[in-house]
Amino acid sequence: MSQFETVIGLEVHLQLSTKTKIFCSCANQYGCAPNTNVCPVCLGLPGTLPVLNHQALLYGIKVGLALNAEINSFIKFDRKNYYYPDLPKCYQISQYDFPVAKHGFLKIKSGKEEKRIGITRAHLEEDAGKLIHDNSASCSLVDCNRCGTPLIEIVTEPDLRSPQEAYDYLNTLKLTLQYLGVSDCDMEKGSLRCDANVSIRPTGQTTLGTKTELKNMNSFRAVKTALEYEVRRHEQVILAGGKVMQETLLWNDEKATTITMRSKEKAHDYRYFPDPDLVPFTIDSKVIDDVRAELPELPQAKFLRFLSEYALSEYDANILVADVGMADFFEASLKVYPQAKKIANWLAGPVLMELNNRKKSIGELKLTPKDLTSLIAKVEDGLVSNLVGKEVLTAMLDESKSAEDVIKEKGLAQVSDDSSLFVIIDEVIVQNPAVVEQIKSGKPNAIGFLVGQAMKKSGGRANPKKLSELINRRISGV
Amino acid sequence: MFLPAIDDSILAMSISKEDVKYVAALARIDVPEDKLEGFTKTLGGIVQYVEQLQKLDVENVKPTSHAVPVGNVFRKDVIKPSLTNQEALAIAVEAKDGSFKVPLVIE
Amino acid sequence: MSLHQLTAHALLDLLKSRQTSPKEAYSAVLERIKAVDPKVKAYIHLSHQEPDFSGQMPIPIAIKDNLCTKAEEVTCASRILKGFVSPYDAGVIEKVKKSGGAILGIVNMDEFAFGSSCETSCYGPTFNPWNLQCVPGGSSGGSAASVAADEAMWALGSDTGGSIRQPASFCGIVGLKPTYGRVSRYGLIAFASSLDQIGPLTKDVRDCALLMNIISGYDERDSTSVNAPVPDYTKALVNDVRGLKIGIPKEAFVEGLDPEVRRSVEEALNLLKKLGAVIKEVSLPHTPYAVATYYIVATAEASSNLARFDGVRYGLRVQPAHVRKNALVDMYEETRSKGFGDEAKRRIMLGTYALSSGYYDAYYLRGQKVRTLIKNDLDQVFKDCDVIMTPTSPTVAFKVGEKISDPLSMYLSDIYTIPANLAGIPAISIPCGFAKSGLPIGLQLMGRAFDEEMLLRISYTYEQNTEWHSKKPNL
Repeated sequence: MSQFETVIGLEVHLQLSTKTKIFCSCANQYGCAPNTNVCPVCLGLPGTLPVLNHQALLYGIKVGLALNAEINSFIKFDRKNYYYPDLPKCYQISQYDFPVAKHGFLKIKSGKEEKRIGITRAHLEEDAGKLIHDNSASCSLVDCNRCGTPLIEIVTEPDLRSPQEAYDYLNTLKLTLQYLGVSDCDMEKGSLRCDANVSIRPTGQTTLGTKTELKNMNSFRAVKTALEYEVRRHEQVILAGGKVMQETLLWNDEKATTITMRSKEKAHDYRYFPDPDLVPFTIDSKVIDDVRAELPELPQAKFLRFLSEYALSEYDANILVADVGMADFFEASLKVYPQAKKIANWLAGPVLMELNNRKKSIGELKLTPKDLTSLIAKVEDGLVSNLVGKEVLTAMLDESKSAEDVIKEKGLAQVSDDSSLFVIIDEVIVQNPAVVEQIKSGKPNAIGFLVGQAMKKSGGRANPKKLSELINRRISGV
Repeated sequence: MFLPAIDDSILAMSISKEDVKYVAALARIDVPEDKLEGFTKTLGGIVQYVEQLQKLDVENVKPTSHAVPVGNVFRKDVIKPSLTNQEALAIAVEAKDGSFKVPLVIE
Repeated sequence: MSLHQLTAHALLDLLKSRQTSPKEAYSAVLERIKAVDPKVKAYIHLSHQEPDFSGQMPIPIAIKDNLCTKAEEVTCASRILKGFVSPYDAGVIEKVKKSGGAILGIVNMDEFAFGSSCETSCYGPTFNPWNLQCVPGGSSGGSAASVAADEAMWALGSDTGGSIRQPASFCGIVGLKPTYGRVSRYGLIAFASSLDQIGPLTKDVRDCALLMNIISGYDERDSTSVNAPVPDYTKALVNDVRGLKIGIPKEAFVEGLDPEVRRSVEEALNLLKKLGAVIKEVSLPHTPYAVATYYIVATAEASSNLARFDGVRYGLRVQPAHVRKNALVDMYEETRSKGFGDEAKRRIMLGTYALSSGYYDAYYLRGQKVRTLIKNDLDQVFKDCDVIMTPTSPTVAFKVGEKISDPLSMYLSDIYTIPANLAGIPAISIPCGFAKSGLPIGLQLMGRAFDEEMLLRISYTYEQNTEWHSKKPNL
């Protein structure tokens, strides 16, 4: 039991998936050639002015509500003034004292416990551009495509007590936001970024220790690892009798260590003031109610409902809920083939494996609920065995064909009719008289060998259950 | 005149050279030593002049950030054509690989 | 009368009756520019784009150097924007072009509109056509001088603390600052976003109404643009002020005001009284604090608006020969130090100071609160008055070089004009006489928000009963 308690707060920046940027009508698109999604406004040309994207505000309200937060009825935008080449106006339009949402929470499951993580605030702001450093040419290149992408910044209270909790929080947050459909939450694409504040204090102390800020963590795993490292570092410093210095550190994943950022400005004097180019906004309760009415069922609620409504195991429910596409696919499949457990098994088993192998999400897979349920039905009806069914699935995905077509073309249909099977069985019986004798003389399990032989002869296409049944009949003279 | 005389009884909060250096750095303006005195003096005079506002009671007064009461101005989430890369870089001081080029930034 | 001396409405009459052509008029003004601009120096450069002469209002117009005009170099009279060719047209430029406006060229101003004399321009000063030893006023000095000298039939300027009205007054012409939000700011290179407005500088009140018709109106690209219908301002040109109430603030006519200016304005008042207006003495108790308020609020906003001029994407970039701090910071500092003039640097630093940590409440926030007090004073007076009248400026045009080394004394030339910007209300300056020196005197009328029509009506009546507007400088 550590003599220290860890205190962590997280700041998550999320890119909203509106069609256009937050203050101009350029497309909000990732991955375009440099400086091709820019206009005078997001380039910060002289004389240009911002106009707020209505959808961005609605998304902001949506996020606030999903985080159980209070939506401010009066909001405004402020300028955060600083210099960096990826910031065209040399100020970022953000929200200082009247953000979209405040005083929310997110319930997370850390281990067996459920815990409430306080959300201090969520506010809208614009993203900066991208800077690429070319050491060999001794220059940096500025791409303004990302300038003006709508961001929502979600700040937690310092309620997280371990790097694991931080990891769990991030996963829960990401899932919740994906359900809302407001962002693709992809850390690799940079649509979700996370900074962490961490401090430690002697267990039992209520005042906070000195915190350090961690940046440059590019995955949830990196956040966890970086926090573990930093907590250890804080402990070492304090145990050695020193004081933790308040600073901002960059996480270096390769070296698994933090490095001090070269001091930018001594203290950041951002000189926040209300942006005079934007007007204030009042959000009336009707708008909030309308957004609330359109909120989708969120993952935690869906999980509980899957348990109670479909009697699924927690394991299965977790897998289905972990991806909103998966959960929707599950329920769509139920409409066609109301066998919850069977569908859940297939989705959590073979389908999930295909997704992992192909590195795709269920939405990207060319598989419809009808396709899957028709395959499941064929397995249940005995047309193909379970094992062959999995092969059929693979082939369906590889060749974009229906289950029926694959089975037909590859001749995978199980042979189940008595007459065809008897042909094979009779051959096997003739060829294995010794085994037949064994069965007759009281070793019924030896039938397995005959079934195996028959299966081989049938090229694996015989229905094994049927084989067993029919061999027994033959041997007993029926 | 249509304005009060500069009142010496007001707390003479003038601006110091250090203040000027700090503010100049924030504004990314380099004030050479030989100009520092002059700037400090002039700015100091102006700051002293605006100090008179401290005389007024603004306890229950709301700030005016917008003279004309306009609110809730929005834009529809509809894409409009952007500039081409060529148009965007036509104004560039220095460009490379379709981007604006600056001296190497050390992070 | 030669073509270039005409008002826009007179030219329109001639065009209607086919006595001249738009191209002829345009050429006539260009000739005039060639003849007198070497002395007046109103123009930074002429447009190399040939106008399309087919529109409804093909009036030769001069554009202030802070209005983005596509394919023209737009610099705010600053070195830091040298070489910046605008890839887009400002909202008002679009409107001017749509109406057929024939752009003559880009006229001079104080650098980034910081000034009241047109002396801080990186191109050197413009001179007052009435006396070339004197300033034309600022910051729209080039706009005012060009119109006064018949080097443009009318012009666009911008007004943040008086920058249309004061030069109009110094140059004996009409200048109007519209209600905040009446005219789109999209494409106006910002000085103080909550105070700036674009407006007309014209030879008479009718022209002012005509140009207001062209440039006014909602622009969805400007969040502060007001979506209110634009009336036909020429309908306000009625020669009748009977029963209209003109408020005179007692704080305006005190010791220190140039006696000739005072006399002219008092005579104007008497004339209007004779014509049936009702004169009321009013009080604007917080207006003595207007200049201080302005120099906090406006410079704070300006310091942020001018941050973008950093050498990264456009305009000037200067790199010192040897690394001082690091290459990037050096580039920022050298570019901005070499690119901005002294007054620009002063205002940026003052504004930065007003917003900086620890000072925000004492300066910027307090300034915005005093702004409310000033606005409330005006709202209160407008309950009983239709307009408020003051001189436009406490003096006539001063000599070039006279005030430039004392910024504070320069700031004080805006004392009458600043309140209208702080309150967002419209205000007009019209000529009301001449000093013995021959320099023009202007009077200012301030009106209720979106009541430009009242200003135009009273100005028109006064103009119809006086001759000041028909006088021309000897160039």
